[in-house]
Amino acid sequence: MINKVVANVEEALDGVQDGMTFMLGGFGLCGIPENSIAELVKKGIKDITCISNNAGVDDFGLGLLLQQKQIKKMISSYVGENDEFERQMLSGELEVDLIPQGSLAERCRAGGAGIPAFFTPAGYGTEVAEGKEIREFNGKPHILESALTADFAIVKAWKGDTAGNLIYKATAKNFNPMMAMAGKITIAEVEELVPAGELDPNEIHTPGIFVQRIFQGDRFEKRIEQRTVRQK
Amino acid sequence: MALDKTGIAKRIAQELQDNTYVNLGIGIPTLVANYIPEGISVEFQSENGILGMGPFPFEGEEDADLINAGKQTITALDGAVYFDSATSFAMIRGQHVQLTVLGAMEVADNGDIANWKIPGRMVKGMGGAMDLVASADNIIVAMMHTNKRGESKLLKQCSLPLTGVGCVKKVVTNLAVLEVMPNGGFKLLERAPGVSVEEIQKATQGSLLVEGEIPEMQLD
Repeated sequence: MINKVVANVEEALDGVQDGMTFMLGGFGLCGIPENSIAELVKKGIKDITCISNNAGVDDFGLGLLLQQKQIKKMISSYVGENDEFERQMLSGELEVDLIPQGSLAERCRAGGAGIPAFFTPAGYGTEVAEGKEIREFNGKPHILESALTADFAIVKAWKGDTAGNLIYKATAKNFNPMMAMAGKITIAEVEELVPAGELDPNEIHTPGIFVQRIFQGDRFEKRIEQRTVRQK
Repeated sequence: MALDKTGIAKRIAQELQDNTYVNLGIGIPTLVANYIPEGISVEFQSENGILGMGPFPFEGEEDADLINAGKQTITALDGAVYFDSATSFAMIRGQHVQLTVLGAMEVADNGDIANWKIPGRMVKGMGGAMDLVASADNIIVAMMHTNKRGESKLLKQCSLPLTGVGCVKKVVTNLAVLEVMPNGGFKLLERAPGVSVEEIQKATQGSLLVEGEIPEMQLD
């Protein structure tokens, strides 16, 4: 077994530098690597590119990196919950590449799977298609989308083992499995780290081959963005 | 009388077909899940990664790891399944999800839809909307007939950046049910109770096709 365990978040983020590209898992605040985000803020690295479906909220998730103006460019599909993001984007301080959610997911998957590009119908006839090759398949136009990779992919899982195998919980899975595949170095922060052999191989979502560093997070706030309930 | 949002959701619920998978967008479409007609089995897909989405949890039972695409806490029904975002959009692009219901800022009478951006003012992003409208066989838009300034949202041509082209099949508004015809035009199918064809005509900037008597919506 190849042991992927690092002692803590500081060791996990060893080597991150200004100007690098990061993938960060999560959908909204669900399944985000919150320990690693806090450490990126603490390190104060600048001019980074973040590939993440959303940009957090003003005071949590990637919003913390935006507040400190550490992000040069965001590649996302939906950023509606973050006023500071909208302000920085409309003022031109922040470069933003908005791409359809399914294309974002598939571009990450392709990046990890050795597929340089693919055709999709999403975005045909819209701004998203500008400058991209268009080809018809079965009488329907498609646009060419390229793969995405990152210097570091940072994902969050529910359980992980010392070999780097990961299991996600419920909808906290979202972008994490594809991003785990697409990092030159993939860091997994988990709620529970167990010895290899304790996870059932039938139930593992991300095989450890995609993960270079794994650690158990100190603290998971797991903030809820829209708390909706019904009456008993 | 024009419908409220609940009325629009109730009318759209009548479009649900038995044994189908349905994706409901944020806003009015989410309400459709509350009015599934009796005897109809549908399963709701939320593109962040769940099939078999259930109602909101009881207070104290919220799980931060279990949300819908609107980031609301939800529950999972028996038979539910969680999956990653690539698998989710494989279901959508691969046309395994039969019906998409979503909101819009503008719809054109050729089926174009705009719902993600107001240049220079509002940029929230398209989320999964572009993948959804480019793929589903049946796309129903749920929206108010006019905007806050009283201007028609059913147009000859969208003025805002497009989300998809020639894709909308039906529009259900507070005033009417309209079908987007393959050769263009909004064919008026039903009126909201007490709303006249003239009122609908006045609120529709795109080409409105009226043939014969237009029945009122039946909303128990």
